[in-house]
Amino acid sequence: MDAAASFGRPFEYDATAGPPASLHLRGRLDVRAVEHAWGPLRHAVQGLGVAGAVVHVELSGLEYCDGAGAALLHALERDLEQAGAELRFEGMGRMVADQMNPYRELAAVEPARVGDGRGWWPGLLDVVDSVGRAAHSQLSFVGELTRAVGSGLRHPRQVRWGDTLRVAEAAGFRALPIVSLIAFLLGVILAFQSAIAMRQFGGEIFVANLVAVSLFRELGPLMMAILLAGRSGAAFAAEIGTMKVNEEVNALKTMGLDPVRFLVLPKVLAGLLVAPLLALYANMIGLIGGAVVMQGFGIPWVAYFNQVAAALTPSDLFSGLAKAVVFGLVVASVGCLRGLQTGSGAASVGLATTSAVVTSIILIVVLDGLFAVLFYHMGV
Amino acid sequence: MVVETARSQACAESDVVIRVRGLTMGFGDRVLMRDLDFEVCRGEIFVILGGSGSGKSTLLKHMIGLYRPQAGHIWVGGADIAVADGAQREAILRRVGVMYQMGALFGSMTLLENVRLPLEVHTDLPREAMDAIAGSRLQLVGLGAFKDFMPAEISGGMQKRAAIARAMVLDPEVLFLDEPSAGLDPITSADLDRLIRRLARTLDMTIVIVSHELASIFAIADRVIMLDRESQGIVAEGDPAILRDTSNHPWVQRFLRRTESDDERPA
Repeated sequence: MDAAASFGRPFEYDATAGPPASLHLRGRLDVRAVEHAWGPLRHAVQGLGVAGAVVHVELSGLEYCDGAGAALLHALERDLEQAGAELRFEGMGRMVADQMNPYRELAAVEPARVGDGRGWWPGLLDVVDSVGRAAHSQLSFVGELTRAVGSGLRHPRQVRWGDTLRVAEAAGFRALPIVSLIAFLLGVILAFQSAIAMRQFGGEIFVANLVAVSLFRELGPLMMAILLAGRSGAAFAAEIGTMKVNEEVNALKTMGLDPVRFLVLPKVLAGLLVAPLLALYANMIGLIGGAVVMQGFGIPWVAYFNQVAAALTPSDLFSGLAKAVVFGLVVASVGCLRGLQTGSGAASVGLATTSAVVTSIILIVVLDGLFAVLFYHMGV
Repeated sequence: MVVETARSQACAESDVVIRVRGLTMGFGDRVLMRDLDFEVCRGEIFVILGGSGSGKSTLLKHMIGLYRPQAGHIWVGGADIAVADGAQREAILRRVGVMYQMGALFGSMTLLENVRLPLEVHTDLPREAMDAIAGSRLQLVGLGAFKDFMPAEISGGMQKRAAIARAMVLDPEVLFLDEPSAGLDPITSADLDRLIRRLARTLDMTIVIVSHELASIFAIADRVIMLDRESQGIVAEGDPAILRDTSNHPWVQRFLRRTESDDERPA
């Protein structure tokens, strides 16, 4: 691979209108030459190629021709063919001939996959079919998960408690810093925004009621669930998805291990365990954020927390925790389901992860709305 | 270090494409190979041979500049890739193509897009020209009809052939193939060997292959070097058939003359 091998005579061409029309190519027809010659040379040859004409192309002066050079020669051949003219190569060496072969063979290859042109109706049926399949697979998953939970309750020793605690630590304990930050800022923002309005009526103390009830009933569980989805739901989908791509899930099946019991159940149990705890923790930190702001409005800590205690009822606490449990179940299950639905290749793991987060957040918002209606009718 | 040589003649100085001198490679304190010296000649199919874990793929990764050697030099086309940086390294890599052991096709791209990618990165060709070149390379490896398929939709052997098409789309002067036959059935493996032979003959490429597939080696190799983990060096170099018939080195004999009688079989 010495320098001389790469640097021969530069590529040149002469086009003669004739008759007979001819084209002389000389030098090194490599990718760098083709970058410059692709447009001009084709344009020049199209000018020679009137219908019925024969254009002679002299190749004996070519010192080198790579795949890009052959692509250009083939393009010239095709251009003239379309114009009803003929291109005759002369002095074609073995190198050019060998490089040209795949282009000529390719022209004879029928595309293996062409547009089906079936119209919109079969396309619509395909969409309905895929929606039906997705619904079927999700219902199957819920069934398998329910069976695995039931089996775990009947035979607690079969549950992988070590994995469950490890996942709970990763999803719960290690999430405390981010939950603390978000919850504290949420409390600060809630208190500050409402205190400005309340001050006009001399009711700053009632900011404590607003912050406490909003956090415990609504914002604490909701914020925790969204964080859990972004942090742990995505991780569950990526972990199981990668295992699926690497055929580890198939290996589990062939060893007689149920992937739902082996992989999904510990994650779902961990989600159920940590979600209410994280929601409770987020509520407490949010209250502290509100208290810090209220200090600035002249409300002492004791007065603030007395007001909080008076404002909160057990139903506020337990309705929020109930929602957190359901959100935890949804986030963990969706993350695992999307992981198990992963196709093949690295891109599908990314898709599964995105889908896990998006689906979880949509379900959380929808369920939150349903809970609001349900609790209203229950008088909670 | 004693190196058995069955080479009929050394290639001329002007025909040396890759020269390795005093190469020591390893990871951290662990040394895999010491003081390797060899050359690869223009237009030959050169096979790096050795048992599992002997450092074949690691040597290949040193030769394409992915790993830095602990000591020594690797001249690829006259430039030392062991110390090359930035533009110099890119210029060397522009002249080589690499097929990785698992193909390493990008799963989110069709075969045509996979093969076209190096052209998009390294050239200013119009899209029509890039598509034509990528399509011809796929045709050359027998996948012209599969250009719109995703890697996951084709077999392992087809993925390897598509990876070879991608590796040679820039018409490299040296093509590196890491275990091209691994995991393939004998027929697909033989087809791949024929393809490699055809590429070397048709496109005048120098091909460096890492392998331990004996049938494949005897079918395509012009010259081999054999790496030995125990002695951390090259134990034999030359034409594989001549080495098989003439070598006195016990490990070389066992490796190249393995027959059914070597295998443990139930009585």
